Formats: sequence, structure tokens, C-alpha cells
Amino acid sequence: MKPAPFAYHDPRSIEEVLDLLASLDNARLLAGGQSLMPMLNMRVAFPDHLIDLNRVEGLTGIMEEGGSIRIGAMTRQRDIEESEVIRARLPLLAEALSHVGHRQTRNRGTIGGSLCNLDPSAELVAVATALDAVLEVQGSAGIRELSIHDFPVGFMTPALAPEEMLTAIRLPVPPAGHGTAFTEFARRHGDYAIVSAAVLLVLEGSRIARASLTLGGVGAGPLRLRTAEAMLVGGAPSEATFGAAAAECAGIEAMSDPQAPAWYRRRLSAVLTRRALETAAARAAV
Amino acid sequence: MTARRIALTVNGARHEAETPVRQHLADFLRGTLGLTGTHLGCEHGVCGACTVLLDGRAVRACLILAVQAEGRSVTTVEGLAPDNGPLHPLQAAFCANHGLQCGFCTPGMLTTLAEFLKDSPDPTEEEVRVAISGNLCRCTGYDSIVAATMEAARALREARA
Repeated sequence: MKPAPFAYHDPRSIEEVLDLLASLDNARLLAGGQSLMPMLNMRVAFPDHLIDLNRVEGLTGIMEEGGSIRIGAMTRQRDIEESEVIRARLPLLAEALSHVGHRQTRNRGTIGGSLCNLDPSAELVAVATALDAVLEVQGSAGIRELSIHDFPVGFMTPALAPEEMLTAIRLPVPPAGHGTAFTEFARRHGDYAIVSAAVLLVLEGSRIARASLTLGGVGAGPLRLRTAEAMLVGGAPSEATFGAAAAECAGIEAMSDPQAPAWYRRRLSAVLTRRALETAAARAAV
Repeated sequence: MTARRIALTVNGARHEAETPVRQHLADFLRGTLGLTGTHLGCEHGVCGACTVLLDGRAVRACLILAVQAEGRSVTTVEGLAPDNGPLHPLQAAFCANHGLQCGFCTPGMLTTLAEFLKDSPDPTEEEVRVAISGNLCRCTGYDSIVAATMEAARALREARA
């Protein structure tokens, strides 16, 4: 037996989950299990109660509504990756998902689980940040909405109260004439990225009308490059503009870990940002 | 609270057994049901040796609790081909192409690729490499596994034609 003992709960409704969260101490929610199960097996995590969300009704599905796409927190990564509506309307998300683990892990892993796990190099966190996602969080007091930008409050720590759960994520669909790109560098395909870059460009004529640049893997949470974004808006989608924006990465605060030192992450950030900008611009122009 | 009785279908046969709630599916298959074809390497989702099909989808059996498989259908490497019948085309191609040496990773390779070839019957070599990127092999160096997969894909396409 790998995990330490726990009591197992498999509720069928969101209300039951919320009741359990409110009444149990040291409880963890189990989504797709592709991060929590390894942590249980290695006994890095040892909750007294495991609340399994896999049989809860109403937490899955992909729906387009009012200029946004709403994805249930327990929707499997594989289902999002292969969804027609996601491929057509949010190709950035589908592109990033091909880098998330492997087919076998995406068959189980969920979008909500990945967001709440908040690994610093998680692709889905970077994409949600680049697309200004809105999170639907449910607690005993009802539903509240939370911007993805207010979601990370520290290393792998989401802004969720112990009795709250993430139920859905809403991603605004960018206007026509936009292009996106996701690039990353990892030691092997499917490994956690050392650095990733998620880019959205909206072109109007020969000018950049909107730019969104997010780096994953450089710090404790996703990093929006607001200064570089401001430099891009109004400019022409040219090599010089992209080079100047990417050069902003030289000044970012990056972490060092056994995989890579900070200077290497900064250098990767600049290269990946430039490549992502070029690809996004080419796709926007088509 | 610490144990539950579960019912599930494994390789087409219905099984009912008691399992500790903290036992993962791979240990349940091996220890409780005696199906030792599913191998356990890392037990934290990295090596892919324990891959089984859950309702047709390849998943890591070390990252699922046995209780989560209640009511579901599981296919292990033992279920790829009938007992005493011909091998699955993937198994035959692995034999013919030296797709295995020690055989430890093989059950996970076969289950992963069985799902993959169902979805992508005519893959490129590059696609095969991506498909098995979540399965570690320390002997053959992957080339022969990729060659075997390409041959199996051909055989499966011809069988369907």
C-alpha cells in the first residue's frame, strides 16, 4: 500500500462536496489524480480525508456562451485537447495541452486539477493567464468569480478557502484576426517545462492592437509581461518589434532550481517569447 | 471506511472483491486479482509500465485507486489477445522486431499503443514516438518498438481492409 491511510469519500453532487469540505479536517479534493496520486504514493501528501470528485455531477463539459467558453473543472485534458470548439476558438489551449504530460495522463488529468495544483511550470496555468480566464469558485456562501490574475497567492497555493472548490473556468474568446502560439522548452516531450511562453496577438491592419505575453516556469506563478505588452501595442508586427519586446525578458526575476539556473531561464524566456510572437503574428495574418 | 467491496469488469469478465480504499488499481489487479501482467515501475506516474485501458482509454494504474474503477471496464495486457489464441498484432510485431528485451515496459507499451492505433491507424514514426513518450524502456532504445508499431499498424489496417 503506497499512500498513508485516509478515509475515502465519493460524493455525487457539488452540495455534498461542499458539506464534506465544511465538516472535515485535513481533507483534499481528488480530481484527475495525476499530481495528487503521486504525492499520496510518495507520502508527500497525507490527508485524513480524500474527497473524490470523479463521480460528481455537473462538473464536466465545454460550452460556448456569450463570447466566452466555459469549461467544467473536471473536464479531462484529453477531451479539451480534441474538442472541435476549443480547436476552432481557443487553439492556444489545444496547442498547450499537447505539451501537458502524455496521452495516458491527459486521459485522466483535468483542467481544474491542473489550475488548483498551480505547479509553477504548468502549461494550463500559463494559458489561462494569457487568456485572462475567470474562475468560478463555489463555497457554502454561493458562487464567486475570481480572475486568474488573483488566483495564485504563493508557490502552488491558490486563493481558495479550505471549504471552497473550483467548479468551472471561463475563457474569453479573442476577436477575429488574432493569432496565438505556445512554445516551451522541456528536457523531454511531456516533462514539466523549464520555461514556457503563451502569446496572443490581435492585429488591426498592419498594427498590433492587443498583445498578451505570459511566461510559465520562471517563478512561483505565471508571469504576465505587461511592459513588453505595452511596447508591442501600436507597433508593426516586425522582427525588430518582437526582438525589443523579447529583450524585456533580460530583466525578469527568474528562479534557479536543479534543472536550470536563473540566467538560463531568462535567456530561454527571451528566445521562446520571440518565437511565440513570430508564430502568433504569422497565424494572425492568415 | 478503510475497505470497500467493488465490482468491475476486467478483460471482459466481471469481478467482485474487497479492497482497501487506499490501494491503487495496479496493486488490486496484481495482488487481489492475480493479474501480474500489469507491471509496476515507479508508482508515481512517470514510467508508464502499469498502463491499462480504463473504458478503452490508456491510463496509469498506479495513479487510480481501485475503488475508482468500481463499475468500470478495465483491459490489461492479459486481455489484448484471447487465451491460447493468436497474439494481438502488436504483440506479434513486437516479437518479430525485437520490440522487447527484458519485457518490463512491454505491458505498458502494448496497452498504450493499442489505444493509440485505434485512434491513429496510419501514424508516422514521429507520432509513434510521441505516443510512447510516457513509457520508459531501458533496453531496446525505442527504435525497434517504433518499427514494431509501424508493422502492427500496417497489419491492423490490412486486417480491416
